[in-house]
Amino acid sequence: MQLSKLDMDLLEAVADLKKVPQGALNIRLNGVPVMRHSSPNISVGPNQDGSGLLVEIKPGTKNETVHVPVMLTQAGLQEKVYNTFVVGENADATIVAGCGIHNDSHVESRHDGIHEIIVRAGARLRYAEKHYGEGNKTGKRVLNPTTVVTVEEGASAEMEMVQMKGVNDTLRSTVAHIHARGSLKIIERLLTQEDQKAESDITIYLEGPGASAQVLSRAVAQGDSYQLFKAALIGRDACQGHVECDAILMDNARIRSVPEIQAEDAEAVLTHEAAIGKIAGEQLIKLMSLGLGESEAIDTILEGFLR
Amino acid sequence: MLKLENIQMQVDDDSGEKFEILKRIDCQFEKGKVYAVTGPNGGGKSSIAKVIMGIYKQSQGHLYLDGEEISDLSISERANRGIGYAFQQPPRFKGLTIQNVLTIAAPNADLIKVRTSLRDVGLCPEDYLDRDLGAGLSGGEIKGIEMAQLLLRNPVISIFDEPEAGVDLWTIQKLLKLILSTYKGNPNKTAIVITHNENVIPVCDEILVIAGGMIDAKGTPEQVWKLIKDDIECKVRNQCQGEISYAIK
Repeated sequence: MQLSKLDMDLLEAVADLKKVPQGALNIRLNGVPVMRHSSPNISVGPNQDGSGLLVEIKPGTKNETVHVPVMLTQAGLQEKVYNTFVVGENADATIVAGCGIHNDSHVESRHDGIHEIIVRAGARLRYAEKHYGEGNKTGKRVLNPTTVVTVEEGASAEMEMVQMKGVNDTLRSTVAHIHARGSLKIIERLLTQEDQKAESDITIYLEGPGASAQVLSRAVAQGDSYQLFKAALIGRDACQGHVECDAILMDNARIRSVPEIQAEDAEAVLTHEAAIGKIAGEQLIKLMSLGLGESEAIDTILEGFLR
Repeated sequence: MLKLENIQMQVDDDSGEKFEILKRIDCQFEKGKVYAVTGPNGGGKSSIAKVIMGIYKQSQGHLYLDGEEISDLSISERANRGIGYAFQQPPRFKGLTIQNVLTIAAPNADLIKVRTSLRDVGLCPEDYLDRDLGAGLSGGEIKGIEMAQLLLRNPVISIFDEPEAGVDLWTIQKLLKLILSTYKGNPNKTAIVITHNENVIPVCDEILVIAGGMIDAKGTPEQVWKLIKDDIECKVRNQCQGEISYAIK
């Protein structure tokens, strides 16, 4: 199937793809898979009940990537998809997910993506998920991702979850279970504008000795938007965890940040820090003293902050 | 030439009373010269620099750059007219790399010049270009990068605010040589160095001693030294009124 220019623009926005990539792939457009390939080491197929995908990365696979972007361009479409990803023992792979909605209507378009990710012992996963919305009418663009991650013994996962533009409402739920010597790093970057709302709720259970987790959240709220960031680290063994939430607040926006740490073992070391504030005046002045105008300086600071 | 004419600056103190930061500053900075601005802490040296850059607004007085009045220009407009300022305490940026900021400082500079600017301040480009200009850097490193920005930008008027603060002795010596070779006798450039460093002051073309918001002394190093050589002491006069001055006996 040939993708239209609108489809390709969305594909670039959510997956940084200028053309359809080689290798393992599933492109879902308006509720149906329109392109699907497996590679020798990564199988991509429907799950058992047909409600989504099962992606299996063979044990020992090295430096391979699977793309699973989702695009909605049909006004008013609302869908719920269940995808499962299994990264085999000692594999080293990247999953590029993401969802883009083009809704130029007065009815709501919505994608609820439920991902279960299992990173088997000794494996390494990089996971990138970008959300994007566009359209000029009143129809909302809603994205509700739910992610459940299991990081087995000695495995590691780095997840970058980004929402930059155009999504009216989002409720992000992320739950992770980290086992012995496993590690997880979550980087979340959110920009809300106008009257958009974004809630992110992350809960990480550090289940085994030597488990570690790091959550870095960068948020910018502009206009009349609202963001709620909740992150809980539960240390159930000799483990380490850190939550860091930095937010820049502009205009009439509001941000609520609720970091939580809960230790159930005396050897658990858990920390959190959170800061919300406006753009630092001295940063603005510094960039203006290098010749940037005020709005250019603000854009540069925000771009860097959310990078 | 940069000319400051009757520059005065007042701020409200905690009780709402007017407090004079700068009382009456008349001076000019000529091209081809390196100026040292020195004096006791709290005397107004950095305030003058910030008024020149447009960060502080003078309550009275006028500023002229090459005959054009710049008193009401914004910070960016002054920067684009050729005024540059290396901050005493530069801010840190999350997410911007050192290369990002150097490129903003000098958009047309090629990578060779960018790298040279870091070497000039004693920093190895390979170790720094891709690093975040954030919390991971020491105060001395941040200061070095701040000066690299100004040297790379190479404006008509370069103001270095206490370049020696937090910088090691070898680097400050190197930097001093670079400032002197870049600006002394250069018909298109002026350097203003706010400093307490005894090695910097004597090699500058002219010195301004700022105390209590006023110019206490100015001239060549020899002239100023003659004025104060017998006995110079920094003492607080009428401290309750916030007036601090060098006393020349």
